[in-house]
Amino acid sequence: MTLRQYMRRAWPLYVMLVPGIVFVLLFRYYPMYGVVIAFQDFSPAKGFAGSPWVGWDNFEFLFTLPEFGRVFRNTLIIAVAKIVADQVGAVILALLLNEARLLLFRRTIQTLIYLPYFLSWIVLGGILLDILAPHGILNQAIANLGGERQLFLGSNSWFRGTVIISGFWKNVGFSTIIYLAALTAINPVLHEAAAIDGAGRFRRVWHITLPGIRPTMVLLAALSLGDVLEAGFEQILTLYSPAVYRTGDIIDTNVYRVGLVSAQHSLAGAVGLFKSFISFFLIALSYYLADRFAGYRIL
Amino acid sequence: MIRDSSWYSRLFDGFNYVFLIIFALLCLAPMVHIFAVSLSGRAPATAGFVSFWPIDFTLENYEEVMGSRTFSRSFIISVLRVLSGTSLNMVLVILTAYPLSKTPRAFKGRVFFIWFFVFAMLFNGGLIPTFFVVRNLGLLNTLGSLILPGALPIFSMILMMNFFRDVPKELEESAFIDGASHWRVLWHIYIPLSLPAIATLTLLSAVNHWNAWFDGLIYMTDTANYPMQTYLRTIVVELDLTNVGIDPRDLQRLSDRAIRGAQIIVATVPILVVYPFLQRYFISGIKLGAVKE
Repeated sequence: MTLRQYMRRAWPLYVMLVPGIVFVLLFRYYPMYGVVIAFQDFSPAKGFAGSPWVGWDNFEFLFTLPEFGRVFRNTLIIAVAKIVADQVGAVILALLLNEARLLLFRRTIQTLIYLPYFLSWIVLGGILLDILAPHGILNQAIANLGGERQLFLGSNSWFRGTVIISGFWKNVGFSTIIYLAALTAINPVLHEAAAIDGAGRFRRVWHITLPGIRPTMVLLAALSLGDVLEAGFEQILTLYSPAVYRTGDIIDTNVYRVGLVSAQHSLAGAVGLFKSFISFFLIALSYYLADRFAGYRIL
Repeated sequence: MIRDSSWYSRLFDGFNYVFLIIFALLCLAPMVHIFAVSLSGRAPATAGFVSFWPIDFTLENYEEVMGSRTFSRSFIISVLRVLSGTSLNMVLVILTAYPLSKTPRAFKGRVFFIWFFVFAMLFNGGLIPTFFVVRNLGLLNTLGSLILPGALPIFSMILMMNFFRDVPKELEESAFIDGASHWRVLWHIYIPLSLPAIATLTLLSAVNHWNAWFDGLIYMTDTANYPMQTYLRTIVVELDLTNVGIDPRDLQRLSDRAIRGAQIIVATVPILVVYPFLQRYFISGIKLGAVKE
């Protein structure tokens, strides 16, 4: 087949790619070039190309800030706690739902628990700010029971817990569905055979159901590696306040405040680049591990 | 299903049902509470008397919300955004996924183009450079700033591509023999056969556009251009944030509590409307995600 013959049929394939390439070049690759601001004393008037270069100064300054370590630590703690809570909770919920025999009951419970997944953090945050306020329903209930009102969002002892639990609330339904999908793939014959051999219900869960969803657990564990710097930007930006920066400020919220609110573009650009760089390797590693241990490929 | 009628097994069943019901109710309770507040009179809502049932039932809060020009304007902006953004997303997802679903023999350069897109998904220029790109392109305060930066959702495109790869090759081969072009094959074979996947991705894209608020916050320097969720943020989040833990000022805003509830509910209704469909396609969507080589 000559090139001419090939192109006669294949040319539309290239034309179809053009719009996608244009948008990706403009809004994904052009900002990648924009990371040069991390090595500049960037001023919006001079732009990416015209701002003076300062080498590694922004990073050197960054690593001397006590705030940086704090923000990095908060990010890791919140993100890892969320991943663990979400995965453990999802496995338990999926197993329990799987044991409930009434189909209608299962459907109803599923429907209720994954509704929050589709709501925005503004809606969920608005709800949380209302019910967790000093005079919100939760504190009202605590006070009625004789307890002391707590600042669930405004105190450093509560904030991370509130973020982790509300993240669980939003996301656990989704993860549960993934495990439930894996559970339906287990051959019922295995259960029947084990029952005939005298295995009780809990032994069957232990020896058949759990091993049956192990590949899914391994897969999600591998993929979650890509999320260890994702503590939940939209969630925290919605829920936090200066009172809880010590325990709740994460990399993303810090970049937003420093870069767009305080207009220290280059400093925030350096923090952002630092995160993008680590995330890139984490995500690549997570896909590699997912392929290696669970046979999952995105391509 | 095998029945196990031992006493401890039945006891477990009992506990299991009770636990799942309580858990589901806990997940739902916050929303029911806000709904009750939004239907209550201002005074009982403000005083915190409302729990899960409205007190002094009224639709006044909703009338107030619907009558507000700021609210309806942001609502319209959001609707425009969902319509234009979702259409743009789907056109680009389908157009990009189709060539990439071909074999390297049928489409030379496939590997290069795939990596072009995958790398763009893995590495992120970050918030600040992206902001200045949007600004440099003159998109601030336009609808374009909300729909163009994410015009091609790369992960959805990869899912679509994997779906296209499962379309039987015999169909297109016979179409090519009859003289069809790639355009016709895409339009008459691939799209009709992929409607479930397209429906799933369309719904997810629409939900994402409806829920998005951060881009509105940074790209719309004039608050009159805020989409619904961004506007809602200024009402339900920002005012409260400054007041966390401060009683006197908290009180001042508390009078609006029932109205805030009504706005939260109005912002949620469109999601509830598409929720049954989302659910129907959800499992197939997950199967879409579990891809193979």
